[in-house]
Amino acid sequence: MTDAAGLAIRTEDLRKTYKSSRGDVPAVRGIDLGVNSGQFFGLLGPNGAGKSTTIGMLTTLVLPTGGRAWVAALDVVADPVGVKRRIGVVTQNNTLDMQLTVAENLEFRSRFFGLGLREAARRATQLLEAFGLADRRKAMSTDLSGGQAKRLLIARALVHRPDVLFLDEPTAGLDPQTRVNLWDILRVLHGEGQTILLTTHYMEEAEALCEQVAVIDHGEVLAAGTVNELKEGTGAETVITVRYEDTVPDGMAARTGLADRPGVSKVEADGDYIRVFTREPEGVLGELVTVGSAAGLTVRDATQLKPSLETVFLNLTGREYRE
Amino acid sequence: MTTTTSPKGAGGERGGGQPLRDRGVPGGRPPGPTQIAALIAEAPEPRPTLIKTFNAMMAREFRVLRRNAIATFTRAVMQPLLFVFVFAYVFPKIGGGFNLGGGAASSGAAGSINFATILVPGLMASMLLMQGIMAVTFPLVMEFSWQRTIEDRALAPVPIRVLAIQKIVAGAVQSFIGACIVFPIVLLVHAAGQAPHVHVTNWALFALILVAASLLTSSLGLLLGTIMDPRKMQMLFAVILLPATMLGCVYYPWSALHHIRWLQIAVLINPMVYMSEGLRAVLTPSLGHMPMWGVLLALVGGTAVFSYLGTRTFTRRVLN
Repeated sequence: MTDAAGLAIRTEDLRKTYKSSRGDVPAVRGIDLGVNSGQFFGLLGPNGAGKSTTIGMLTTLVLPTGGRAWVAALDVVADPVGVKRRIGVVTQNNTLDMQLTVAENLEFRSRFFGLGLREAARRATQLLEAFGLADRRKAMSTDLSGGQAKRLLIARALVHRPDVLFLDEPTAGLDPQTRVNLWDILRVLHGEGQTILLTTHYMEEAEALCEQVAVIDHGEVLAAGTVNELKEGTGAETVITVRYEDTVPDGMAARTGLADRPGVSKVEADGDYIRVFTREPEGVLGELVTVGSAAGLTVRDATQLKPSLETVFLNLTGREYRE
Repeated sequence: MTTTTSPKGAGGERGGGQPLRDRGVPGGRPPGPTQIAALIAEAPEPRPTLIKTFNAMMAREFRVLRRNAIATFTRAVMQPLLFVFVFAYVFPKIGGGFNLGGGAASSGAAGSINFATILVPGLMASMLLMQGIMAVTFPLVMEFSWQRTIEDRALAPVPIRVLAIQKIVAGAVQSFIGACIVFPIVLLVHAAGQAPHVHVTNWALFALILVAASLLTSSLGLLLGTIMDPRKMQMLFAVILLPATMLGCVYYPWSALHHIRWLQIAVLINPMVYMSEGLRAVLTPSLGHMPMWGVLLALVGGTAVFSYLGTRTFTRRVLN
């Protein structure tokens, strides 16, 4: 189900401020999102950026303190029950029912969503087979490995064919092989027309899966678009950072003349490093080394990042991406 | 194992070229793409209603209860069994006459009343409280801490307060069952000649008191579960359970407290008193007891207050 604009998820100036004894803590400060039906949408940002709070508000478990949000054309505050009927949620934590077996986790969730006994059992079997958990059906959910538990969480979110599937950091803490397996699952679901909103702090996860990405930090959307648009939007630049053993003297970056090189959009110097944003990275690194030794600075560390979401993030925030 | 069903609709062939990898191998084998595609195409149409969801949640409680039946039963039986064994069997045998007849007699009842008679309603009430807390508070504290598994059921398509009410009802059922298990034990375990004088004149009233007391304990359990700091769970015993039981007219009738007037009035804030006294009134009417209207008012009023407060704090804890 979508709203008049054909959007499966829409937010307007969505805000959340937590009250604490040490004053107000703004977690989300005015987010505007639009997710089309059938889209694979990624909310990318470092830990503590406000992703989980945002997903919490969209899934009705966190009450917004400002703005509005609609999922499947229903207001998340005015009609939380209606929203819950139409969404599937894969929580970041393992929220499987520890008192139940693997199969029972699916059966009871199906029954919570109104399926009859037999129907629920059939759906559970179907989900277990598809997710490769059939031989674990009688195991207690606490006995599953991390990857199996995550698969069961996804299966459980799908018992009722949700309009929107939410996944909060689905691959955090999983080994690389399991992560790739999960990506495969999500790609198939998306191929079937499933609308998916995923939060992640892994750049490569957003690049690998998402059609649309919103980069979020400190509770605000910094940029949104396709991965390619984001890279283009920030000039598809390579970011070269050189760290020296000592503090870079004032004005040294300006004296290098690097800013005048063709393709260079920005030269930053702060503390012990100089950072250059450029479309034509050839030779820049060498020049930074030369400039350094001319000023008596030894190079400690040098990095060159090809255009990626990471360089986008650097460009938008001026900070290195902290996972 | 069943074979892969051919998914209907567009996209059914997605990933068809890829063989389903090592199906039948136990453990972490990867899922089959065709089957996953089919999950979407062949999904049932859910029609949840409040009643259906509520019933499914209750069914879940009973499934868990059945799975833990032995542990639950043992937990329910041990305390009252040992109690009546020591006080109604061992003490009379060794001549440590533990007789509260004096206090009770003052209310005009038959001269001497044995301790077993006092214990029957008292231990049932104490069991109700114990089970209510065990069935609601402990699981709730677990669900709110660490992985916040409460989110599992909070995402079911019902308002959060329905979830709170469901927890009260499920807890009350467990309290009720606990009290019913205790009844025959406290009735039957005693030394020769020390049988409790139990005489149920009004079974309907007995059932009413039991149900009201069960709801009172589970709603109190909900409130405690939502305000307890999980790191201070031991405090629950020291601050709530122990005083509630020791000062809850479990081991002595309320009327006997008239010797210590200030205490008789002070214990009136203890909900346990009304449970013990209510059961005392219907089970062992020969003993002095509180007036029935006071008992019912306290039980129903207490349930209402605890349910209201518990549901409110529960909703606040779930939605943050």
